[in-house]
This record gives sequence, C-alpha cells and structure tokens, in this order.
Amino acid sequence: MAETAAAPARPSALAEFWYYFRENRGAVIGLWFFAVFVFVAIFAPLIAPYDPTEQFRQSTLVPPAWEEGGSWAFPLGTDPLGRDMLSRLLNGARYSFFVGIVVVVVAASGGILMGLVAGFGPRWLDTIIMRFMDVILAFPSLLLALVLVAILGPSLTNAMIAIALVLQPHYVRLTRASVLSERTKDYVISARVAGARLPRLMFVTVLPNCLAPIIVQAALSFSTAILDAAALGFLGMGAQPPTPEWGTMLAEAREFILRAWWVVTFPGLAILVTVLAINLMGDGLRDALDPKLKRS
Amino acid sequence: MIRFFLSRLLTFVPTFIGVTVISFAFIRVLPGDPIIVMAGERGMTQERYDALVKQYGFDQPMLAQFWDYLTGVLQGDLGQSFVTKRPVWDEFFALFPATLELSICAIIFAILIGLPAGVIAAVNRGKFFDRLLMSTALVGYSMPIFWWALLLIIVFSGNLGWTPVSGRIDLIYFFDSTTGFMLIDSLLSGQKGAFGSAVRHLILPTIVLGTIPLAVIARQTRSAMLEVLSEDYIRTARAKGLTPFRVNALHALRNALIPVVTVIGLSVGTLLAGAILTETIFSWPGIGKWMVDSIFRRDYPVVQGGLLLIAVMVMAVNLTVDLLYGLINPKIRSR
Repeated sequence: MAETAAAPARPSALAEFWYYFRENRGAVIGLWFFAVFVFVAIFAPLIAPYDPTEQFRQSTLVPPAWEEGGSWAFPLGTDPLGRDMLSRLLNGARYSFFVGIVVVVVAASGGILMGLVAGFGPRWLDTIIMRFMDVILAFPSLLLALVLVAILGPSLTNAMIAIALVLQPHYVRLTRASVLSERTKDYVISARVAGARLPRLMFVTVLPNCLAPIIVQAALSFSTAILDAAALGFLGMGAQPPTPEWGTMLAEAREFILRAWWVVTFPGLAILVTVLAINLMGDGLRDALDPKLKRS
Repeated sequence: MIRFFLSRLLTFVPTFIGVTVISFAFIRVLPGDPIIVMAGERGMTQERYDALVKQYGFDQPMLAQFWDYLTGVLQGDLGQSFVTKRPVWDEFFALFPATLELSICAIIFAILIGLPAGVIAAVNRGKFFDRLLMSTALVGYSMPIFWWALLLIIVFSGNLGWTPVSGRIDLIYFFDSTTGFMLIDSLLSGQKGAFGSAVRHLILPTIVLGTIPLAVIARQTRSAMLEVLSEDYIRTARAKGLTPFRVNALHALRNALIPVVTVIGLSVGTLLAGAILTETIFSWPGIGKWMVDSIFRRDYPVVQGGLLLIAVMVMAVNLTVDLLYGLINPKIRSR
C-alpha cells in the first residue's frame, strides 16, 4: 500500500530491540562474555595448548604460572593426574554450551507445543496437561533430575534429558498464558473468520506474538541448565570422568581443596562467569522485550 | 472466601495423586530388579526370590500394586528401607529436623541481609549503592553453590581454621536428642561449649544454602519497593514531612512486603534442592544427603518415599502461601 510505504521508515524490530538492549550496560557486557564463551566452545580444540585428557605424569598438581613453582608450560597449573587445567577448562566450555543448547531446544519446543495445545485445545485436555505440569513442578528440580538420571544411568546425555524434562513446565505455563490472552484478540478472530485452520492459527498467527516471554525464559533456562548439569556432574550423576565437564572436574578435585586451590577455583569460576554472563543478558532481554517495562 | 479455599484445596487432590503415581512408577521403571539389588552380591535361591516377589507384591497386576501403594501411603506406610530395614517414614522424620534447622537458619540469614539490601538499593535507585548491591545479588543468583561451599571451606576452614568442615556438632559432645534441633538440644544439655560448637557447624552451611534465596529476596524487594515508591500515598507521606526512614521503612516497605513474602514462601523448593548439594558437601545428616545416599545405594523404597514426602511438603507450603495470599489480597479470591 502506498500510504504505509510513504510513512517515515519505522525502525525494524531488530533495530528497536538493539536500541533498548544497548541501554543496559550489564547486558552488553554479558553479551560480550557470552560471545567469547561461544567462540571458545566452538574452537576449543584449536585454542587449547594440549589435549584435555593428556597426562603429564612428571608434573602433577603444578600451581598456576604466577605462583611459586608454576611454569608457563601450564598457565593455570595441572590437576592431580597431570592434565593441563587450561586445556580442560577450554574444552569444558563445549560441554556446557552443548548442554545449554540441547536443553533449551528440547524443553522449549516440547513446552511450546504443549502450551499451544493446552491453550487452543478443549478444556479437558488443558486441565490434564496443566495438572501434569503441576505435578512435575511439585518436585524440587534438581532432585527430580537426580532421580531421573539414576533411572536412566549417569551420563551427560541422560542428564540433559532429565534437565530438559524438569524445565519444560515453565515453557508450557508461559505459552499457555500468552495464548489465552492473545486468543480472543481481534487479529486472531479475523484470521479465524478468514478461514485459517487450527495449525495456522497456532503457529503463524498466535505463536509469534507469544515469543517475548519465551525468549527471556530461554535465556534463564540456558543458565539453569548449565548450573544443574554441573551440579549433577558434581554429584557424580552427570558427565563421567575423564570428561572435562566443569562440574565433574570439581568433583574430581574435591579431595585436593586444601592442598591445591587452583583445581577447585578455576572450574567453579568458569561456571560462575558463564552463568552470570547469560543472566546479565537475560535481564537485558527482558527489559528490551517487555513493553510494560520499557522506559520505566 | 470458603469457595476460594475449597477450590484451591480441590486442585491439591489431582496433583497429590499425580505425585504418588510418579513416585510409584519410579521403582517399576528403574533398571534392574529391586529384589536382586536387595540380595546384594551374595545372591539368593529361587525359592527365596519367589517368596520376596510375593512378599512385596510384585507378582500382582500393576493397578493392584498401585492401589496397595496408595492405601499404604494414605495410612502413613511408605515401605521399608532395603538397607536399614527401618520404615521410610521413621527415617524421614528422624532426619528432617536437621534439614529444617538448616533451612530456617538459611532463610533467616537471607531475609536479614536480602531485605535491607533490596530497600537500600531501591531508595538509592541508579546510584552507586544500587549498582553495587544489585551486581552482587546477580552474582549470588548465578552462583554454583557447590563451588561456593568449597571456596568457603578453603578460606574459613582451611586457611583461617574458624569453622569445622562437616557434621552438626563436635564429637566430644554427646547428649540425647530431645527436639532434633541441634541448637536447642545443645542448650538443653547444659554442656559447656556445646552450643558454640553447634553454631560453628551451622555457619557455613547456612551461608551456602541461603545465598540464592538472599539474592532472590534482594532483587524482589528492590523491584517491589520501586513500584510502591512511585505511589501517591508515598508522595503524601513525604509531603507531610515524615522522615525518609519512616516513609521508606514503615509506609513503603509494608506494602512492598506482600510479593516478597510470596517469594520467600515459594523458595521452599529451591531450599530443598539446595539442601541436596549443601548437605552432601558438609556431611549434614538431613534428608538431602539421605536422598543422595539412597540413590547411590539403590535403596528404592527410600528414594520413592522421600521423593513423595518432599513433593507433598512443597505442595503443602505452596498451597499455604496461596491461601494466605488470598487472605491478604482480596483481588486474587474473585478469580
């Protein structure tokens, strides 16, 4: 239409988003850290000086380079088996990143689908789905994940499945709530009158307008997934040694905490910095995407 | 009002049945035959095996087994531990006070620091203090608490030698447990130094378990305060010439507290999940450590019963918070 084309160029959705996101300095810092994290996760084997499982038997528990007795051959020291800490930490980023992506994709796609079905479906189906989600939410998430992994057998894959299952109800609730508020709006009714079928109504008409809270939730559950996977690894129910997963590394290092601070400090610091960066980003996303909070 | 209470209570029933189904299903889905696990490495004869299958009712149809389980649960019978042969119910309530004591201390710690921090941040919105406090809160919120526990052990137990690393009290003190709460029992025992020892054992676990609730409370208090501070009645209070402390602490905080109290109530699940890690690290003899140990020992009845009891507890607390909220805020009731 001619009128709309002549109107002054409205900033694209992305540009508008970036405008608000940029205002939050913490979020931008978080984004930078996250970018570094993703880079490390992808290129870890190329950056890391050694193989993460290579054991230097002559140099076990070497302190970091700046400490007395340290050497620049192992910048962050070595662990009790003589493996290079830096190489293990860099490779550990891969596992955390992988866990985050897989958990968010599985939990979000399953949760969104169920939320849409609950929101659009008949009343009885809605009740069944939502009561079932209440049941999952009644268990403390880490405990449920722990028991699930005990059933499935301890491994990183099973830990991811368990965490995804535990985080799913949040997506179901969010999606259903947005669907219920959108469903009666004029644009949905007009689409329905124009003859759009149910799948089109669900995925093309309504879903894009429900995405804002879901994206924020995705960022939050990315960090929860990393934390929970590390906690499971720490309890011996996640990735198994010698995998350089950060939580598993901490579990292996536990008995050395009073003798070699670096084997404990660095993996935990890696978890903290990553989770913090993602949470900072999540706060920024929420501010930028939530129209109610804009400019408040 | 009564209708509101009844409708909330009614939603409790299907959730309870669902929770029972899930905890019942676990023992049947777990890989490995529980009877064989119970026999251990010695193995057992076929006759004994058959007898045990009959004793535990594993030869019955699934629905009959579930019915037996459900009626047992409603009568407080959660089965016996494979390992200790004691009823799960008894074990749970013997260990529960330890977790409760730790959780109460953690939540008090979180409130004592989190609430003032949130208020100070809101009053100084956008200034240095606000940024400092909120950055710290976000770090606390992102903290892997199992690592945080190890760091605190390195500094306070290793380097400074101030606090013990594990347990609830030094082994030199011995007295009968009357309440199950070590702080109270040690005072009642009248033994010199016992109370101090109990306190020193509590400090690190309390900090570790309280860290995430503290961060959540601080953030929630700040945002609730900000909302309230822009209200007209606050402007009126300021215009009346009340001191800033009176305005902030008495007028604003009182109304900001409603969402904060909800958050505190709903953090029970977080506390119990945190207790799993905290108790494992500090060898704290509570239900979190009990669950982890049982999972590793494949003590299925304990895992099953513990899961159910914890879930019911979380549900009960959530329901109470919900009902109380309805009591305070009439708007909720009419929905």
